[in-house]
Amino acid sequence: MRNIRIIGRLDIKGPNLIKGVHLEGLRVIGSPAEHARRYYEQGVDELIYMDCVASLYGRNHLGDIVRSAAENIFVPMTVGGGIRSIDDATQILRAGADKVAVNTAAVAGPELITHIARRFGSQCMVLSIEAKQIGPQRWEVYTDNGRERTGLDVVDWVKRGVAMGAGEILLTSVDREGTRKGFDIDLVRAVSAEVAVPVIASGGMGSAEDLVEVVLRGGADAVAMADILHYRRAAIADIRAAARAAGLSVRDYDQS
Amino acid sequence: MTNPDVTVVDYGVGNLLSVQRGLEHCGAQVALSSDPDVVAEASRVVLPGVGAFANAMEALRARGLVPAIRELARRRAPLLGICLGMQLLLDESEEFGLTEGLGLIPGRVVPVPTVTARGEAQKIPHIGWNALQYAEACHQWRGSLLEDNRPGQAVYFVHSFMAVPADPVHRLADCLYGGSRVAAVIARGSITGCQFHPEKSGAVGLKILRKFCAD
Repeated sequence: MRNIRIIGRLDIKGPNLIKGVHLEGLRVIGSPAEHARRYYEQGVDELIYMDCVASLYGRNHLGDIVRSAAENIFVPMTVGGGIRSIDDATQILRAGADKVAVNTAAVAGPELITHIARRFGSQCMVLSIEAKQIGPQRWEVYTDNGRERTGLDVVDWVKRGVAMGAGEILLTSVDREGTRKGFDIDLVRAVSAEVAVPVIASGGMGSAEDLVEVVLRGGADAVAMADILHYRRAAIADIRAAARAAGLSVRDYDQS
Repeated sequence: MTNPDVTVVDYGVGNLLSVQRGLEHCGAQVALSSDPDVVAEASRVVLPGVGAFANAMEALRARGLVPAIRELARRRAPLLGICLGMQLLLDESEEFGLTEGLGLIPGRVVPVPTVTARGEAQKIPHIGWNALQYAEACHQWRGSLLEDNRPGQAVYFVHSFMAVPADPVHRLADCLYGGSRVAAVIARGSITGCQFHPEKSGAVGLKILRKFCAD
């Protein structure tokens, strides 16, 4: 069994690490650099940076944050929010990102997925999806932090995105995000059953048990968490230990 | 004491900043260069790489870097290929038709198996942390860049193709993916290749870079 990845998600607004509920009601948590450093030292497997307002205002503050993180953080970094073009992707990759996550701009022009995948490889092109449930086993794709409807069905959109070159799916449940009520297992299962690329479950992690459930029942390959780390409700070592105790395979973090 | 000098080959592909920062973290003085004369005469060279094999070879060729890297290898100056940069060390790759590589380590680059050893469909690319283990013909890592590492330590992989050295003796470490062995570290004399990203593998990866800078 492959190792499940434990990913710290940092939502960014301007210079600050923030956190909301349902991607709204954003509250300032602190310095992204300090939190990222703490998660790295605790043994996080990857980091995701998301600029929450970039797609609203059409600008990207992330370059500097990522560039300084790359100086002392040596795990993979995915960066999203406001990436609209090959040039945007190039700049953020030059700043030290390993992958770019694209949501709004991919919905507006899906060929961007193909362009990024051709230029930098599929492994670099993460399709970020904000999903809201609209009926039994049905979810709609939203953009702009869960504000704008698209009319797209999540499962159809994922299949199309993968066919166009997306190498990974960051699947955020807007309904669960920031609620600590656990992941939307049905959503994750509906998506992971349809595609061969890795699926990162995001939104709703209240405890390590939620991680175990979304992996075992949802088929997630990786789990993104924010609130549980930001508010120090659990350390990564605890989450790793709980995952291992439940029979999941996780990275051996003993470095000696 | 002067800092060791490491030249990172800049041929327009990949995240050079992370490689540079990782090496600097290990005390190296790092220069990026696309100048064949600089690369050919460098004291130590890292060949990074992300993307497609043929594009990368074309980019190296267009800058006159293929003979420069071969000259560096002939001088036995330490050379470290990372990810695609490791695959480029071999004779040829099957990615998008057969493409000639640098030919510094005999062997071929082939797709990562799309089915597991048990016949189940397997996710490609191979992304994530995976543990290093001794390759079949290798029983210790003394004298190699893995000297300060041990089997079981996990490093970060992102790839769809994998190197298969013709001679198993050039294979130091493997990882298991879906029950199949995937070459993780290959080496021949002063030349080493890592399929994973040491600059993205936390403290475990930094040990490898530190060893490379100190050798």
